[in-house]
Amino acid sequence: MTDSRRIAPVWLSALVRSPGGIIGIATLTLLIASALVSLFWTPYDPSRADAYLSFAAPSAEHLFGTDNSGRDILSRLLTGAQTTLVVALGSAAIAGLVGVAFAVLGSLTPRWVRESTTVLIDVFIAFPTVLLAMMLASVFGGSILVVIVAVGTSFGIIMGRIARSELRRVAGSDYVLAARASGVGPWGVLLRHLLPNVAPVFIVQLSLAAAIATLAEAALSYLGYGAPPGTSSWGRMLSELQPYITVEPLAVLWPGAVITLTVLGFNLLGDALRDATDPRLKRSRTKKSGALS
Amino acid sequence: MTLEVNNLTVAIDDRVVVNDVSFSVGTGERLGIIGESGSGKSVASLAILGLTPRNATATGSVKLDGEELLGLGDRRLAAIRGREVGIVFQEPRTALNPIRTIGRQLVEPLLVHGLITRRAAHETAIELARTVRIPEPEHAVNLYPHQLSGGQRQRVGIAIALACNPGLLIADEPTTALDVTIQAEIIALFDALVDERGSSLIFITHDLAVLSNVTTRAIVMANGEVIERASVVDLLRDPKHEITAGLVAASVATSWTPSA
Repeated sequence: MTDSRRIAPVWLSALVRSPGGIIGIATLTLLIASALVSLFWTPYDPSRADAYLSFAAPSAEHLFGTDNSGRDILSRLLTGAQTTLVVALGSAAIAGLVGVAFAVLGSLTPRWVRESTTVLIDVFIAFPTVLLAMMLASVFGGSILVVIVAVGTSFGIIMGRIARSELRRVAGSDYVLAARASGVGPWGVLLRHLLPNVAPVFIVQLSLAAAIATLAEAALSYLGYGAPPGTSSWGRMLSELQPYITVEPLAVLWPGAVITLTVLGFNLLGDALRDATDPRLKRSRTKKSGALS
Repeated sequence: MTLEVNNLTVAIDDRVVVNDVSFSVGTGERLGIIGESGSGKSVASLAILGLTPRNATATGSVKLDGEELLGLGDRRLAAIRGREVGIVFQEPRTALNPIRTIGRQLVEPLLVHGLITRRAAHETAIELARTVRIPEPEHAVNLYPHQLSGGQRQRVGIAIALACNPGLLIADEPTTALDVTIQAEIIALFDALVDERGSSLIFITHDLAVLSNVTTRAIVMANGEVIERASVVDLLRDPKHEITAGLVAASVATSWTPSA
């Protein structure tokens, strides 16, 4: 279009200027880097146990020490990042699709579709995410996919409910009427006018979905419904190390800390993205145009 | 382009807001529709293009160059909107998408109707901005609506409505939300552009003083019905109806006290 090349750098530079954005990007980069590096290299084989090395203190050989079976904690954290990344991005993607679908069905359709969607949303919301995941896990067996589907759909439905009222407000706005009066068809209105205007809501919610997915994966793996034995997962590490919390608190601290940091990073990134993508909030850059008003 | 509206009745849910309204506009002709807010004049004009809310039903007949528009399919209506009939809206603060640049919005009707290529969009946008005399058009097309004043935004609104050179233009209180001094500028620009293109015009307002600058022929609406048809001069001199007299008094009062 007229200036799409100019727009991308504008919001990117706004993102990079906010402290939250920097921390968020740094965390996400670290997560992605860890996941990629661990595909090819880890300091030790993350599943190699050594009974003589149980709970070794952090040292030059084992930077973060070892766990109860003498496995290198850093190596396990690095491979665990793969699971977290897949779960976070997968859940956010499913949540986005489900959320847009429910928001559109619940606001722009004929009345009977709209009202049935509302009922459906209310029924779904009554199911807690973890319960849904446990249900799916008992049918299909615990796996990362179950976690992604469970978190993605339940968060998508919550997101659909939030975005629905927002979408309705935008659909009733003058500029949507003006666009229709210009001959823009229903799909053009949806893709160019409605969704971009509710995107800030979605962006924040999606980053929240990624954060919650990270937590839910940890929680479900901790309960034994998530990553099956053998897969590296921060939640599994927590549950395995938890019995020793009074003996070796430092070992439990590592997975807890990386989970907290990742969740915080996703949240900060979401907030910064919302601020950066909304041109109405870019007060500092509008000063130059004063001559025109 | 000729428009013939016969016995148009619009009901929203079960409330009749436009009742048995008839008027016609010939090629290059101009018609004013005057009325207080809530008199049904805006709804009547939106009903022409099938833009009334979903819970509204319109009956009667709306013929554009002989083609019946009421009950026409969405696809055919979309092909007419913006291409054959353009609309300028009342509130320039809300009639532009807040997160799209002025340039993109200026060329949207042209792109939708396939009249220009995406490659030519940027140049065309600058050209359109220049037509409605927006200062620094090369810079302005990259701005967002909130970076323009109300008057500049209404210029953008006019440019969008005129982008495809529609044969009929509907202006729904295009100056009501603007300062009195800006009003005069916008009216003059509008008048010149419509004149240049020879488009037919329906100008909706509650201000007879504004209308007298644009059209000579007018209908007066109240409570969804047409209560008077006359020339603007006659309406100002000798209003037959009490409500018309009220509108005359109001517009005379405001034109004597421009600060109001």
